[in-house]
Amino acid sequence: MPTTGNPVLNLSVFAVFVLITLYIVYRASSRNVTASDYYAAGSSFTGAQNGVALSGDFLSAASFLGISGGIAAHGYDGFLYSVGWVVAWLVGLLLIAEGLRNTGRFTVGDVLAFRMRQRPVRAAAANATLVISFFYMIAQMAGAGGLIALLLNVSSKWGQALLIAVVGMVMVLYVLVGGMKGTTWVQIIKAVLLLLCVTLMSVFLLGKFGFSLSAIMQQATENNKLGEAVLDPGAKYGFSAMSKLDFVSLALSLVLGIASLPHVLMRFYTVPNASEARRSVVWATWTMVIFYLCTLVIGFGAMALVGTETIAAAPGGENSAAPLLAFRIGGAVLLGVVSAVAFATILAVVAGLTLAASASFAHDVYANVIKRGNAEPRKEIRVARLTAVVVGILSIIGGIAANGQNVAFLVSLALALAASANLSTILYTIFWRRFNTTGTLWSIYGGLGSCLTLIIFSPVMSGAKTSIFPDIDFAWFPLGNPGLVSIPFSFLCGFLGTVFSKQEPENAAKAAEMEVRAIAGLGTKS
Amino acid sequence: MTKAMWSPGETQHEHQELRGFASFEDPAALSYVDSNGKPNFVLIQQTDEFRTLRRRLTTFIFPMTVLFLSSYLTFVLLSAYAKDLVSTKVIGVINLGILLGLGQFVVSILITLGYSRYAKRRLDPQRQLLAEKTGVEE
Repeated sequence: MPTTGNPVLNLSVFAVFVLITLYIVYRASSRNVTASDYYAAGSSFTGAQNGVALSGDFLSAASFLGISGGIAAHGYDGFLYSVGWVVAWLVGLLLIAEGLRNTGRFTVGDVLAFRMRQRPVRAAAANATLVISFFYMIAQMAGAGGLIALLLNVSSKWGQALLIAVVGMVMVLYVLVGGMKGTTWVQIIKAVLLLLCVTLMSVFLLGKFGFSLSAIMQQATENNKLGEAVLDPGAKYGFSAMSKLDFVSLALSLVLGIASLPHVLMRFYTVPNASEARRSVVWATWTMVIFYLCTLVIGFGAMALVGTETIAAAPGGENSAAPLLAFRIGGAVLLGVVSAVAFATILAVVAGLTLAASASFAHDVYANVIKRGNAEPRKEIRVARLTAVVVGILSIIGGIAANGQNVAFLVSLALALAASANLSTILYTIFWRRFNTTGTLWSIYGGLGSCLTLIIFSPVMSGAKTSIFPDIDFAWFPLGNPGLVSIPFSFLCGFLGTVFSKQEPENAAKAAEMEVRAIAGLGTKS
Repeated sequence: MTKAMWSPGETQHEHQELRGFASFEDPAALSYVDSNGKPNFVLIQQTDEFRTLRRRLTTFIFPMTVLFLSSYLTFVLLSAYAKDLVSTKVIGVINLGILLGLGQFVVSILITLGYSRYAKRRLDPQRQLLAEKTGVEE
């Protein structure tokens, strides 16, 4: 087992980061009182700031650790993730960002329930948000477990569980103290640090190999037991008809799911208007392109310099490729820095998720479903904070249970859920006048339900050596990622639900308002 | 509908005084806003300015969505079903598949910049025009 730096140094770099960000969060949020401040940072961020924060939401543990690890282990098949991640921003830019900013205030539920019957639609939207955020959160927490295992050389499951719990508690603290403004600042700081980090590592690696990507990949093939075949598709997904379909299904979930994630959608509310929302996606796209070009270099660099087998044998497995590479090229100090940034990444993303989940519960379920729109704002925020604590505890438990799974893969399940439940519904409600409450409910529950069912009966859960329950077999759905079936199914459900039911008279009037607001941005100021 | 639900009617109050002056000059502008200061969205939806805006928006975003999705799916499907083709080495050990993947990055940047430019030139001015005609602002 390779030595992995100095645990004390790693921990102190991380502790310094947490202290600095907590201080900033505390300073940013002294006036954190109204619902708009807590959920949407008072819509006070600029497009550029929010763009960096948006990419921060995606430059997560899954991207940095999972994708560079995926490339280091599987070459070409890992690269597919990066491509999907970048292209997906176009869905956000062209179809979602501006319409969402113009018609909602705090949550996805605001947009989906805009012209529908409030209570059932908000309840459905909140259910979807909670399920999606929970899956995504487990992935991030599992990433934290792997990283801790590597950095502190903690190999006992109990030790890792304890550290996951600490990460969870710090994250809840960010949300409680800072609300959306605090989490956005943490997100911005960490996105900048992470970008600097990966860019410098990539430039260094390229320099070492005479600025030839080909040379890096050439040496990489020598340290992978597949040899040159690792540069071709199929290293992970193989060549059976089913595995090819699984690959396509994953690709579809990636491209359609990212811009449908509740915590990403919620980010569009932190800017003052639609043109700033557009600008933020443009910023995010640039940052993502740079970042994923770098993960390509870092992934193959790790394969070349550390070797796939060493990575697989390290505590934390695939997810530890980037930290191991950092240690190989920059010693204990660089490892400390990279790990602190990776930790910060997990903290920031999980804080964003917690905020999205708690906002959805407090604003949609508590204020609009239970209190029927008559909730006292102060009480609503108190409920939101309480929910944040509950969500934090659940994610700690989930993270401990999922510790050791490849985080990019777990994220892909969350993306399939998001694309199935949210994308179809948002597109219909913005662009289809006839769409109604029944259609909304059908597409949310149809997408969410079919996706969850297919995950439960897929090889991810049971029947294969890599399953969560390897010893029993109740799988009958052959694909690991259900997106290929569940995404079109939710579009179909939304369509059928609408054509087989009448449009409510109130909906017709509100539909005009929604269209004018979404497209022209008139009458949107709150 | 419940009282505390957020309705844009309430939000228009602040703007009313600001608009009062212009409304005297042009009484037609008043008809897009009712006596409570709530914009009449059905009327706005039927103006030529709005229809033009909607046409300009949809004729850009939907074809572009089809374009980038097909380009992405081409890459994905070739990777899955035309292994030999994408494994063709082009520069050193870098094969066609990796280049196609990087090509997706280029497509994303081009469409992003293209939309940004289109929105500034063709959509935002039209939105401004509609806001001036109807007297309803953001």
